[in-house]
Amino acid sequence: MSELSTNAKKVIEEHLGRYPSKQAVTLPALHVVQQETGCVSRKAISEIADILELSPAQINDTLSFYGFFRTEEDPLGKKRVWICRSLPCMLRGGEELLAELCERWGIQPGQTTADGEVTLELAECLGACDGAPCMLVDDELTLRVTADDVEKQVRGNK
Amino acid sequence: MSNDNFQPVLLARQNKPNSHTLASYQADGGYQALAKALKMVNTEVIDVVKASGLRGRGGAGFPTGLKWTFLPKDVKGPIYLCINGDESEPGTFNNRVLIEQDPHQVLEGIVISSFATRTTTAYFYLRYEYGRCYRVLKDAIDEMYDNNLLGKNILGSGYDLDIHLHRGACAYICGEETGLIESLEGKRAWPRIKPPFPAIEGAFRKPTVVNNVETMACIPHIINHGPEWFMSMGIPKDPNNPRDAGSYGPKLYCISGHVNKPGLVELPMGISARDLIEKHAGGVWKGRKAKAVVPGGISMGFMSESELDTPLDFAGPGRVGCLGLGTAAVIVIDDHTSMVDVLYNACRFFAHESCGQCTPCREGTAWSTKILERIRDGRGKLSDIDLLLEISSSIGTIPGTTICGLADGAAWPMKTAINKFRGEFEEYIKSGRKSESRSLAGAH
Ligand SMILES: Cc1cc2nc3c(=O)[nH]c(=O)nc-3n(C[C@H](O)[C@H](O)[C@H](O)COP(=O)(O)O)c2cc1C
Ligand code: SF4
Ligand code: FES
Repeated sequence: MSELSTNAKKVIEEHLGRYPSKQAVTLPALHVVQQETGCVSRKAISEIADILELSPAQINDTLSFYGFFRTEEDPLGKKRVWICRSLPCMLRGGEELLAELCERWGIQPGQTTADGEVTLELAECLGACDGAPCMLVDDELTLRVTADDVEKQVRGNK
Repeated sequence: MSNDNFQPVLLARQNKPNSHTLASYQADGGYQALAKALKMVNTEVIDVVKASGLRGRGGAGFPTGLKWTFLPKDVKGPIYLCINGDESEPGTFNNRVLIEQDPHQVLEGIVISSFATRTTTAYFYLRYEYGRCYRVLKDAIDEMYDNNLLGKNILGSGYDLDIHLHRGACAYICGEETGLIESLEGKRAWPRIKPPFPAIEGAFRKPTVVNNVETMACIPHIINHGPEWFMSMGIPKDPNNPRDAGSYGPKLYCISGHVNKPGLVELPMGISARDLIEKHAGGVWKGRKAKAVVPGGISMGFMSESELDTPLDFAGPGRVGCLGLGTAAVIVIDDHTSMVDVLYNACRFFAHESCGQCTPCREGTAWSTKILERIRDGRGKLSDIDLLLEISSSIGTIPGTTICGLADGAAWPMKTAINKFRGEFEEYIKSGRKSESRSLAGAH
């Protein structure tokens, strides 16, 4: 059975026409797979490599450069929450916010809560320093957050 | 032009209802500049941009029109335009606001710039974190295709252009123009050794221009109102310095940190940091004083309180020992904050974001972070201060030991923090105290 979904294959196909090289579709392909499955498995890597006429090692080389992508040993939770710790956020409590969430959830940055709901990440400047401290949930920014706001938004009443 | 009666140009349409739609943009005169440009010869468009004195807003301040002239004249194959929307320099968020609020202003600039450079395929490299921007841009681009503003024979001119959105994957180094190109090509974002410069050999080994989002947003206004209008704003070039290209036009200043009103402000180039903080950001918070101010993203280093009257134009920050204007992202640090904590934060950022291919950068950023960790842990030695200075003077393109400017960006916060606040570092180390900040040591 194929690891890539019909949709993922379709997205990859669509992108092929946009670039003069197939390799350029590596990031779009990794994005669609990770979005659908929470990681990029070894099997997915080799199927992407087949479509892009590359070796799996080339896909893996790119994948591993960007800390953004996860392998099947280390999949993402349902939601991914990034807390910014760069200077403008740090000046307004970003580091304390991150430390507080680690404490409340009993995990370190990069880890996922035991129920598999939330992966907590540290971020370098999210480009929302006007709303420091800020967070990114998946790819939506929320400005000026407290630990309670974060909990409410990503964990509901859990 | 006095700052008091300055009318915003790039932010003029901010917060209007539906400012992001094509209908709203066109109701305000949008795409008239494109229609005008398409009636010109492409080299005439370049001449207008050149004459305006526009310098790139992405950090390096390179004259935009001049960059375009570096493309080979007689090239047969494709030329690419890459829009740099990787915006990740701490303190910087102007591209985000420009795109979310007024995407068509940016896109009109891209079509005009593509026409000027004879590009028929443009790639818009957008940092992944800007999901809202991505969706706004996607819709705006669809509207353009539906209205003959993209695709074949744009507005009946015979000119064809496609714009493709390309999302990054959370790495600061993708903002460096050749790192961006490598990343676009599907590889690790390792900056390339230059020369060749992208204008000769860039994306997919073809001649390429890389320009910043704010640079693009300036273009329609220059075409509409002419170079003289653009040059009526800002700081003229120094007649005694043949290498000074002046600082013309409106500029977006991002203000963050310890001010009452953080935000984005548009002003003619050259306002002082003091006026920016006092008149446009509600002053330093909690009734405190500024201790240090970053003039343009942390890569630029720090100005001390006594340097706050420095004009924030392309030349100003350099005169007080900073690396330059950078992205004009002003970060205000109040007098209750430890410069040891601030410098640690900056060094840790560069250690986290170094791509690792040049030894001086990879090791220098990692070791400076470790040294500062030790100082913050009460175990610093006075000799650590000179060690940090030594690292800062040996990494970067300015000493010539690295491939790209990330390492210079790591060096300048070290140099300026230590040169300007040395007493504070000495006192901190002598007291043996530990940092009160709760940051997670070792969390990379
Ligand atoms: C480490 C590093 C990061 C950079 N990040 C960005 C960025 O996020 N956005 C940007 O426009 N330019 C960035 N630049 C500058 C680009 O290399 C390039 O000069 C710029 O995109 C050119 O566009 P402009 O001439 O319109 O300013 C960065 C440079 C370095 C050395
Ligand atoms: S200077 Fe640093 S970031 Fe730039 S290419 Fe070298 S190692 Fe990579
Ligand atoms: S420092 Fe947190 S968003 Fe910029």
